[in-house]
Amino acid sequence: MPQQAVPVADRHGAVCVIGAGGTGLAAIKNLRQYGFDVDCYERETGVGGAWNWRHQHSPVYSSTHLISSRPLTQFPDFPMPDDWPDYPHHSQLLAYFERYADHFALREHVWFGTEVVSLKPVSDEPGTAWDVTVRGARGGAPKTLRYAAVVACNGHNWVPRAPMFDGLDEFRGNVLHASAYKDPAQLRGKKVLVVGGGNTGCDIAVEAAQQAARCWHSTRRGYWYAPKFAFGRPADQVDAGVRGLPLWLRQRAQQRVLTRTVGDLTRLGLPKPDHKILETHPIVNSLLPYYVGHGEITPVPDVKRFEYDRVVFTDGRTAEPDVVILATGYTPRFEFVAPELIGADEEGRPHLRWQLMSRSHPTLAVAGLLQPDSGLFPLAHWQTVLFAAWLRALHTTPDPAIAWWERQRSADGRRYVDTKLKDSPRHWFEVSYRTYLKTLQKALVELDGVRT
Amino acid sequence: MRILRTEEWADPTPHAAREVRKALPEAPTEHAPVLFVPGFGGGAWVYAENWLAHAASRGVPAYAMSPRGHGESGAAPKADLRAYTHDVVQVAASLPRQAVLVGHGAGALVVAQALARYPARAAVLLAPVFGGWGPAFGAWARNPFGVTPAIFGGALRPRRGQLFSPETPVEEQREYASRRGRASARAQWQLARHRGPEQPVGEPPVLVVGSPDDKLVPAKELDRVARRYRGSPLLFPGMGHDLMLDASWREPIDAILDWLEKNP
Repeated sequence: MPQQAVPVADRHGAVCVIGAGGTGLAAIKNLRQYGFDVDCYERETGVGGAWNWRHQHSPVYSSTHLISSRPLTQFPDFPMPDDWPDYPHHSQLLAYFERYADHFALREHVWFGTEVVSLKPVSDEPGTAWDVTVRGARGGAPKTLRYAAVVACNGHNWVPRAPMFDGLDEFRGNVLHASAYKDPAQLRGKKVLVVGGGNTGCDIAVEAAQQAARCWHSTRRGYWYAPKFAFGRPADQVDAGVRGLPLWLRQRAQQRVLTRTVGDLTRLGLPKPDHKILETHPIVNSLLPYYVGHGEITPVPDVKRFEYDRVVFTDGRTAEPDVVILATGYTPRFEFVAPELIGADEEGRPHLRWQLMSRSHPTLAVAGLLQPDSGLFPLAHWQTVLFAAWLRALHTTPDPAIAWWERQRSADGRRYVDTKLKDSPRHWFEVSYRTYLKTLQKALVELDGVRT
Repeated sequence: MRILRTEEWADPTPHAAREVRKALPEAPTEHAPVLFVPGFGGGAWVYAENWLAHAASRGVPAYAMSPRGHGESGAAPKADLRAYTHDVVQVAASLPRQAVLVGHGAGALVVAQALARYPARAAVLLAPVFGGWGPAFGAWARNPFGVTPAIFGGALRPRRGQLFSPETPVEEQREYASRRGRASARAQWQLARHRGPEQPVGEPPVLVVGSPDDKLVPAKELDRVARRYRGSPLLFPGMGHDLMLDASWREPIDAILDWLEKNP
């Protein structure tokens, strides 16, 4: 079809939001609060994104609980009920998002069952509009609409990353990615190998320890397993109170608390951490060391290769699991946008101002693409507030707003972490929440000055 | 705009039982719900007397709450202003739709603080007491016998003549005065030291309502608070401090509901 034949419905000042998960809902609410019309496209039939277990791409399993406590997870302007547990269950988080959507009447702005196929900037000006092509998630004719700006809140935990292992094809056992793990009944009475030392891998290893006949847990390195509670309170709240202290002191204090309480993990057969605490994304699991100490989990190193009926590890040990669960993470994907618009490198990782705004076309933002050492949603909230404030400044006082952006665009791509992280693919979008929020606050205060 | 909230993260306010009373219109409505918050020593009952049913009869879903330590809510002798604010935000967030917050007296300061933690649809500050040393001294000078005990941890005891206009029947005045409770000593001191609330989030319209004949909150204090929100106060001459219990309670609530209709 020739290009001119495709009609573009101009939505004028409206903003397009991609995805109605927690971050997308915050984007709708905050953009509305800043006076914008919003159309949100959600390919599933409900809100909550990854946290909605009914959704096809949801990674949650039946026992998923938050690993950051309520005050560090909730939206800053819409608290969770204070009689909920410190670490709510995933179904409570979904109920929270549904209540948020109803409270602020957000659903009327969401087109469910509709996915975004492509985004194209109308020009290369900083204030460019966008042509957004959408189509029904179950097919149907695509249509194109023009928006003043786009916020992609498409999430980053729905495309499984499964590393290739030698001999995986010949292995006779059942191999599944953690995204396909839903219920401990899948493990009952089986011999289970869990690959991956992230929070999901540790959760599943613990469930295997409780349900399976045997459990091996393969990790690349030793980790610091942070407990969920310390000094009678959620551990992240204790940490939040001392965030002002120098990093080395926090590291020393936390390592000491762990070695004095949980003790030396190498005594249980776990590898010694090859890094100081806080140098990887925190693993929060009180039960993993507990079950290792009960002999219910056998810690093993990296997988070397799979054979017909067994798995060989790098130290020469072997295991004969019936089920292998690859808790090896997820890959963010942005198929609907040309890589250069989000500064994506060869591996497809976007490089954005504040890990938020496109450097070349700042009316495009990717929100929620963060891996914080707290809950994600307070950060996603302030990201979308900053983007909404920028858009409003751009519409009310374009010249000073664009001058402000030009100063921002040239700022270097610093990372918002307090410490040098163990380099590992999973850490590329890691942020320390306090450092990151401080940066957003600074940008918001500057923008406020631009407006008046 | 305050983003870093170490205190809320490191030391969140614990749960407390909260009294919420409501009066809902008979037919379903598009009106935003209104949450009424009483001042120090009051409770949800002060609104339940007259205003709740009246608002509902005009088609507005009306809710009234008691912060912890007030009314039928759980006891909280050590509560601070932050805990009262927390209670207001918790109740507001539990309502079905984005709410309008209405606060009276020191409850207006609690509401003003809550506006920084919850994007209210709109807010109404009734005879607001925003605290600070100057107003605290003024309150003491106008009623030394009622305020002096508070310096030593006792309750603030406003005179009946400050709370009600002479038109309010004396039996009613006596009964209402006898139902008064108290705020915690800690919150009373925080009120005296207070330097004013944070900026609201979400830019809600804010209306200040009071009486020039209020013998507890002087008219210049109403002006000062209204200026903060770039407005001027809506005045009801001849009324006492407790606008919702006064003999002519109908006028201010009707004016507030009219204002809300114009500020959807």
